[in-house]
Amino acid sequence: MPIVVDADRPAQGPDVAERIHRSATSDRPFRYTLRAVAALFGAVVVLFAWSIVKTAWPAIRTYGFHLVTGSTWVAGGGPYGALPLIVDTLSTTCIALLFAIPVGLATALSLQFIVPQRLRAPSASLVELLAAVPSVVYGLWGIAVMVPFFIKTLEPFLSHVTGGHWPFSGPQQGFSILLAGVVLAIMILPTIVAVSRDVLATVPTDLIEGALSLGATRSQVLLRVVLPSARTGILGAIALGTGRALGETIAVAMVIGSNAQIPHSLFSSGATLASVIAVEFGNSVGTEGGALAALALMLMIITGAVNFGARALTRRAGAHA
Amino acid sequence: MTSIIADLPPDPILERRQQIQSLASRSIGRRSLVSKTVLISLVVGLVIAVIPLVTVIAALIGKGARFIGWQFLTGLPHLPSLVHLNDVGGIRNAIVATLVIDLLAGLAAIPVGVIVGLYLASTASRTSNALRTIVEMMIGMPSILLGVFAYEYLVTRMKSYSGLAAIVALSILMVPVIAKAAELAFRSVPTNLREAALALGARESRVARKVVIPTALPGVITGVLLAFARAVGETAPILLVVGPTVSTIFNSNPMHPMTPLPLLIYGYSFSEYPSQRAAAWGVALTLVFIVVALTTASRFISTRMRRERRS
Repeated sequence: MPIVVDADRPAQGPDVAERIHRSATSDRPFRYTLRAVAALFGAVVVLFAWSIVKTAWPAIRTYGFHLVTGSTWVAGGGPYGALPLIVDTLSTTCIALLFAIPVGLATALSLQFIVPQRLRAPSASLVELLAAVPSVVYGLWGIAVMVPFFIKTLEPFLSHVTGGHWPFSGPQQGFSILLAGVVLAIMILPTIVAVSRDVLATVPTDLIEGALSLGATRSQVLLRVVLPSARTGILGAIALGTGRALGETIAVAMVIGSNAQIPHSLFSSGATLASVIAVEFGNSVGTEGGALAALALMLMIITGAVNFGARALTRRAGAHA
Repeated sequence: MTSIIADLPPDPILERRQQIQSLASRSIGRRSLVSKTVLISLVVGLVIAVIPLVTVIAALIGKGARFIGWQFLTGLPHLPSLVHLNDVGGIRNAIVATLVIDLLAGLAAIPVGVIVGLYLASTASRTSNALRTIVEMMIGMPSILLGVFAYEYLVTRMKSYSGLAAIVALSILMVPVIAKAAELAFRSVPTNLREAALALGARESRVARKVVIPTALPGVITGVLLAFARAVGETAPILLVVGPTVSTIFNSNPMHPMTPLPLLIYGYSFSEYPSQRAAAWGVALTLVFIVVALTTASRFISTRMRRERRS
């Protein structure tokens, strides 16, 4: 293509140089805006964390370490010992993981490797639909559908089969850490499935084909090749689910029975860190607000640590792919 | 008398061969049986995962569908009276409260989220890495903590529950969701597009406005819709700050207490009136419909985007 020289126009030398200079400098407002808004969000998050520490401070100063280790929590006047709440939080989360890990991994493996290609997308969106149901609807479902089912069918059955031995002993009231754990399992399932599917998709095809060519069966490939090589990412998925289970509030508050005690059995009612804040914060008086803020602080630290670990694990899995 | 055959030295590996053959024929049967069992049990896991969804949806439709109608959606709520025991009125105030709170929260969160996403996608520094960590930690933060925060900063200062406190809590909840999705969308904009625009002499801000944001728009919209879907269904952060869990007062002013849909479900599900407990399912069906519509729209946009990119 010939170079067209527009002879009618005057040379633009100095003008162009100036414009380049201007464009290089006048983009500062843009970058400053980006930084300012990013800093604003960072500041709000810091303010958020700080406000919880500040609100909790009077209670921390008054009760000290007893807030964590004390074994009785009485709403209204104290004493404020969070040990039962911590135990209940951990036990509901463990029950949830006990159900959600095997079912979630089986679901992820089926969706990725077993279900026929045509059915994959629809079945995946069905599982993802579980995540679209709001927490409070699971709570309502828990109260109206699961509690009667637990009282009439499941709890008598379990206690009959096991002869009423621990942990299937105690009064059968429906509202229990077992029900809370089951509801939590349903709620964290989509998280575990979605993240582990992403990780399973990164397992190199060479590995799978290599194992198949050596004569391994499909189940051997899945259990001995695919799962081990996706180990880190799956741990990350489980950790993410754990973080959700620890912090889930409304659904648990509605089905756990709101009774701050160390559970005697799976049928015991209980109360978790998050559920106590939800139920009691509204009518807290005096020092209880501070004690509840201290629970919020504990929850923030625990879920923060778990999510940080989950992030590191999923990152590492992604980097290896 | 000795036969010739017996005189031959025995095949040194005959026995080994037979052993391997019998082992292999036994093991192929066993291995394919084990394999089939494992595969079937994995699919059973998938079926188990879908069961709760089916029962939740069955309960929602079975118990909630009879409420859905013009009167329920647009009528004002009232307490059941002795004459009309089953009449709890409609949910107009809850729908209006949800709209006002979530739209205003979105209005605040969308620009901040998109700009934070743009910052994270365009900057590589220690500060931006720290901010990315903060964004990701906030996505996993239990939402009830935002309620505690909004209570301390707004309810105690204003000395009243208000829609505003819920707006603040929900917008903080939405920003990281939008920012994360926006960052991913901005990062997936092909570098050659950006470099071409820069080479033509466009300023960075112009490149962002005319090239990066339009190209990444479907991804950003997906994130915004997901953030809305999450915010609309959240109960925990607003429970502490927004107002009574059951209310018969109509109010669309966010400076005053409000009762959005999720809170009403919570309130109705513990109500002393059986008719209100039943109506909770009507409210729940309405809420699930809204959330599923938002989620489906976001999935639709993101799959279309992927298809377009492939072609």
